[in-house]
Amino acid sequence: MNQMPEHPLERCLRMDRMPHIWCSGCGIGTAVACFLKALDETGIDPDKVVVVSGIGCTGRVAGYVKFDSFHTTHGRAIPFATGVKLANPDLTVIVFSGDGDLFAIGGNHFIHAARRNVDIKVFCINNFIYGMTGGQAAPTTPLGARTSTSPYGCFEPPFNLPYLAESCGAVYVARWTPLHIRRLTHAMAEAISKRGFSFIEIVSPCPTVYSRYNRLGDGLAMIKYYRENSRIENWANTKDVPLSMNKEIVVGKFVDIDKPTFLDYQGAQIEQNKE
Amino acid sequence: MEVRSRGIRKSIVSEPHYKDNTSILTGEHFWQGDIAIAEGAIAAGSRFFAGYPITPASEIAERMSLRLPPIGGVYIQMEDELASMAAILGGSWSGVKSMTATSGPGVSLMLENFGLGIMTETPCVIVNVQRGSPSTGLPTFFGQADMMQARWGTHGDYEVIALAPDSPQECFDLTIKAFNLSEKYRLPVFILADGLVGHMTEKVVVPEAEEIEVFDRRKTQKPPGQYLPYEAEDDLVPQMANFGEGYRLHTTGLTHDERGYPDMTIEAQDKLIRRLVNKIRHNADDIIMVEEKDLEGAEVVVVSYGVTSRVVPPAVERAKGEGIKVGQFRLLTVWPFPDKRIAQIAEKVKAWVVPEINLGQIVREVERAVGRVSKVIPVSHAGGDVHDPDDIYTVIKEAIQ
Repeated sequence: MNQMPEHPLERCLRMDRMPHIWCSGCGIGTAVACFLKALDETGIDPDKVVVVSGIGCTGRVAGYVKFDSFHTTHGRAIPFATGVKLANPDLTVIVFSGDGDLFAIGGNHFIHAARRNVDIKVFCINNFIYGMTGGQAAPTTPLGARTSTSPYGCFEPPFNLPYLAESCGAVYVARWTPLHIRRLTHAMAEAISKRGFSFIEIVSPCPTVYSRYNRLGDGLAMIKYYRENSRIENWANTKDVPLSMNKEIVVGKFVDIDKPTFLDYQGAQIEQNKE
Repeated sequence: MEVRSRGIRKSIVSEPHYKDNTSILTGEHFWQGDIAIAEGAIAAGSRFFAGYPITPASEIAERMSLRLPPIGGVYIQMEDELASMAAILGGSWSGVKSMTATSGPGVSLMLENFGLGIMTETPCVIVNVQRGSPSTGLPTFFGQADMMQARWGTHGDYEVIALAPDSPQECFDLTIKAFNLSEKYRLPVFILADGLVGHMTEKVVVPEAEEIEVFDRRKTQKPPGQYLPYEAEDDLVPQMANFGEGYRLHTTGLTHDERGYPDMTIEAQDKLIRRLVNKIRHNADDIIMVEEKDLEGAEVVVVSYGVTSRVVPPAVERAKGEGIKVGQFRLLTVWPFPDKRIAQIAEKVKAWVVPEINLGQIVREVERAVGRVSKVIPVSHAGGDVHDPDDIYTVIKEAIQ
């Protein structure tokens, strides 16, 4: 009998937890695969990697990756990750969570971690909706989009996440979709290797609720949509990359700068006081 | 400003200078209770503090911001108390003893992640320097009305440990104790101080470093692969591994099995919740600290805790002067409650008097422990001041009638 060859990413997945809970056509699995490949590229010791998630569909990432991983409370992945990183700066700390978790209930933590330039990486799956709770409107839901709590069409303007991240102080900001596997993987490797608060928005299909409410078709139809409607524009002004219903998706690397992290500043201030 | 290209300090974990004795300020000091709490934390080995300013607890954060960076620790002022509590859980999982300090309104926010700390069995310490409450209440005055908040504040079923200091010296001593209990039983431990104890200045003696008893983390000796993160020892507490040590742990606030994996079954819920509760209930005798005085032959026993204990002696002395036999019973550990000991004493006394700066919280626990054996009388105070000892005296007199 032929032994099934081991999948190259298996050693970084908790195979004893498969199958995962994500729906067919969902973009989270693709993003996780890109992340594992990216991590491999960086050559970082997997024993020194910590993955922190909040609550929701993307919140389950921490449960499937075989690193030190923590599934926190709703919205609190970033402050938990901040504590992990500051107490042991040798660790590479990645927050993997969804748009609702990171930008509604966790929005305040995001802006302050970016401002402080805590050396953590935030990978956000933006599927425009609260998936796990059944499809309610999120702070990223485009104007006019239908959700279970915006039956007449969403009437709140959404966040432009790259613009928010840049204006709060993130040193690395990019946006890709699960169509752009190679570029997303490369961006994740760059973000992981970068010192400072790095942010990647992964615009992602939710065929089960978002697409159904808005008649956007299945996962494959969404990937086709990304192919036809996304435009790569590296270094685009983040002000100019908002997302809206059925319009162009500007993707690319928007920000890549260097500046001192929280611990750099703390160290420098203490040295200054010694003199 | 000069900024170094790499972080100034290496991992606190890999470089255990947190055991550096020079950071312990051995000697006699005049300290506020709040300062004594910060120094107690440092003496216990705490090197990570995340907090948010609030009266009357801010002095703890201020002291930690001054003291921690030069001794290799990290102080961070978070954006709110939700974040502060989440951050100290993270710090603890990185292997560093972590603390936050606040007052009642801040505890209301911290209780969300306090529950996560209970569920994930994360050692850390939360200080509540209580003020007049509810809501914004009396920020610059004090109270003792958060006793039940500490006990039942987060959702669900659980047991907690909470200690109540009545002096700056005890703020120092009990903070060390709180860290020790949090590591031994793996849970966030409350210090229920109050604005008066926190702000009063008294002599605090800091012993030699080697005389300070410090309980260090119960680290697993098993290699990765054989270690189950939530497999309990005989005392129902699992041994711990920190992040970055090669164990590739998974931890979740969901109901989980011994591997730490989510297990959404009634059986897993029953097994986990009973263990979390029983690890405190079954070890209550080891956790509980009380102070007893003149109980032999006492007709009336006054139960007190925290700052209220400081106004009980004049009331007791006055009653004794009139020939009434009065004993004193002080709770250093408020939770778990010393039911067993109170029930033993109850058989020999006529009445219990319970002064506290709230309208009746711990008095209910005393009633529950005493049963119908003897009567229990509260002496309430809505907050902002301590009792007039005469009010306690009056109730002692009534109690023997």
